[in-house]
Amino acid sequence: MKQKFDIIQSSCVPLPLENVDTDQIIPARFLKATTRDEKFFGDNLFRDWRYRPDGSRNEQFVLNDPRYGGCILVAGKNFGSGSSREHAAWAIAGYGFRVVISSFFADIHKNNELNNFVLPVVVSEAFLAELFASIAADPNMQVRVDVPNQTVTNLATGRSERFEINAYKKYCLVNALDDIDYLLQQKDKIEQYEQKRAQ
Amino acid sequence: MNTLFDKIWDAHVVSLIEDGPTQLYIDRLYCHEVTSPQAFDGLRARGIRCLRPQQIFCMPDHNTPTHDQDKPIEDPVSKAQVDALERNAAEFGLTHYGMLSPDNGIIHVVGPEKGLSLPGMTIVCGDSHTSTHGAMGAVAFGIGTSEVEMVLASQCILQQKPKSMSIRIEGELGTGVTAKDVALYLMSKISTSGATGYFVEYRGSTVRSLSMEGRLTLCNLSIEMGARGGFVAPDEKTFAYLKGRQYAPKGADWDKAVAYWKTLRSGEDAVFDRELVFDAADIAPMITYGTNPGMGMPVDGTIPADAAPKAMAYMGLTPGQPLLGHPVDYVFLGACTNGRIEDFRAFASLVRGRRKAAGVTAWLVPGSWAVKRQIEEEGLDKILAEAGFEVRQPGCSACLAMNDDKIPAGKYCVSTSNRNFEGRQGPGSRTLLASPLTAAAAAVTGAVTDPRTLL
Repeated sequence: MKQKFDIIQSSCVPLPLENVDTDQIIPARFLKATTRDEKFFGDNLFRDWRYRPDGSRNEQFVLNDPRYGGCILVAGKNFGSGSSREHAAWAIAGYGFRVVISSFFADIHKNNELNNFVLPVVVSEAFLAELFASIAADPNMQVRVDVPNQTVTNLATGRSERFEINAYKKYCLVNALDDIDYLLQQKDKIEQYEQKRAQ
Repeated sequence: MNTLFDKIWDAHVVSLIEDGPTQLYIDRLYCHEVTSPQAFDGLRARGIRCLRPQQIFCMPDHNTPTHDQDKPIEDPVSKAQVDALERNAAEFGLTHYGMLSPDNGIIHVVGPEKGLSLPGMTIVCGDSHTSTHGAMGAVAFGIGTSEVEMVLASQCILQQKPKSMSIRIEGELGTGVTAKDVALYLMSKISTSGATGYFVEYRGSTVRSLSMEGRLTLCNLSIEMGARGGFVAPDEKTFAYLKGRQYAPKGADWDKAVAYWKTLRSGEDAVFDRELVFDAADIAPMITYGTNPGMGMPVDGTIPADAAPKAMAYMGLTPGQPLLGHPVDYVFLGACTNGRIEDFRAFASLVRGRRKAAGVTAWLVPGSWAVKRQIEEEGLDKILAEAGFEVRQPGCSACLAMNDDKIPAGKYCVSTSNRNFEGRQGPGSRTLLASPLTAAAAAVTGAVTDPRTLL
């Protein structure tokens, strides 16, 4: 959903697993929806880790653990690998996450998050390890993500890092604009390109 | 600098956004039924049409059943998604190869075989295995649904230019070692994130010696190393493969095209951001033991002592254990990875004169109707039938559990598909990724078997 980004401060949900693939974020059987119903996808986020095969809740899984909450998901490296399904980003957004922090994101999923106004924040391995430790010590600890200044801060330890986002995408997030809005204004350039290439 | 990737990418730059992405022109957009409906909804919500409908081709593949395709799809949700693609293609004036069309099949099998995917093109689809088309010498990559909407609306996409990687493989592959084994070997060496952020050019004598089908398999699996895409520079094999195909240029246009395609190669002075070199002699038939495609080993190897405990628990396997002789319940030949004619030839060559093992359920699913027709023309269907195998109708089948072909919980499947993630082939399914030859060896013995012992 298009929304403006400024400063986000929240407690975190920790998922200290590496190589979380998009088949785990949203299994293929939930991809048959033909609408972008974020609630449907959010309800099925991490479905097969959240629920047992008999449909009962897996109380061991972090989304079912009442100690953890907030709009920031913290995940191990190589988050979002595998399938290009944007449904994974819809599920993350639909659940209510606005930021995902990891030390490494798979390319396609990273773009999908950005295109759905979920901010992927890449931090160092050291920052990530300390953040997992801080959350383990105090599930209520908070993280502050300052989009205009491109900083992420672990408020339990005070450690802060700058994160990368290109100026164009930052402008889009801060102003709630998407790429299609931009491309639709470029029709002349597209036609000029096609004419030049035809020659 | 001066890599083939640079040449193709730079030739498609419409504009550069300052401190931002590139506006890249897209020659070909493929749409399947799973990742496109919300994009068409987006066009309707904005009240716009497709800018270049003649460059967009649609076909259902993920949900299609692999039997009785002449009857309505039983699952109403799958049917609704397949029907939606047909309606959207009609409404927006796009070419659509429906389920009953003789042109239908898995989008990544159909594109090359119809000559829709050509050297030097930029090709995208809402599917990570779009990298397959790189085998034609194209820059092809998977995108999300919002990006599908961008291309439908503007024939362009906004992308950061990836870095370039050269993967050079030299030497002759051993007996029973296929393109699939090469790809599984690469993943086992560099991991599923080893090429994230890169576009890969596959080079070297081993790559050159692969058939077009083999190159399609290799490029298909680029994403499983994290790469956005991977390609092979076009050569005489590419031109011979494309000549005469429906959408390939004809007559004088063909000659002109080939002259241009011959220029599509990395310069002698090309500088890649990263270069890797591998020796074909080090590559054996491979199999995976874990829950991502990088967790692979030679089929006669033992599971590494440090294999991830979560993956071992899911797979019901133990570190240090060999896989040879491990019982197999299902065998799947097919998918955009290994659903082409050469894969069926390989499978048939191994099972010829043998019988399917009694306890094994085998699904042999051609990647397209064209592949199925060729299987019949070559008489492979008879060889397979004599060995107890049936050839089904085309589709993505058991690759991803979106149609009827699902592996039951706890069952082991030797699969020629591309992913062994938890639940990928059905909730609780246990996938062992391997080549068509290794799949065939498992199918006739009922256990994980080194195909070299049966050749």
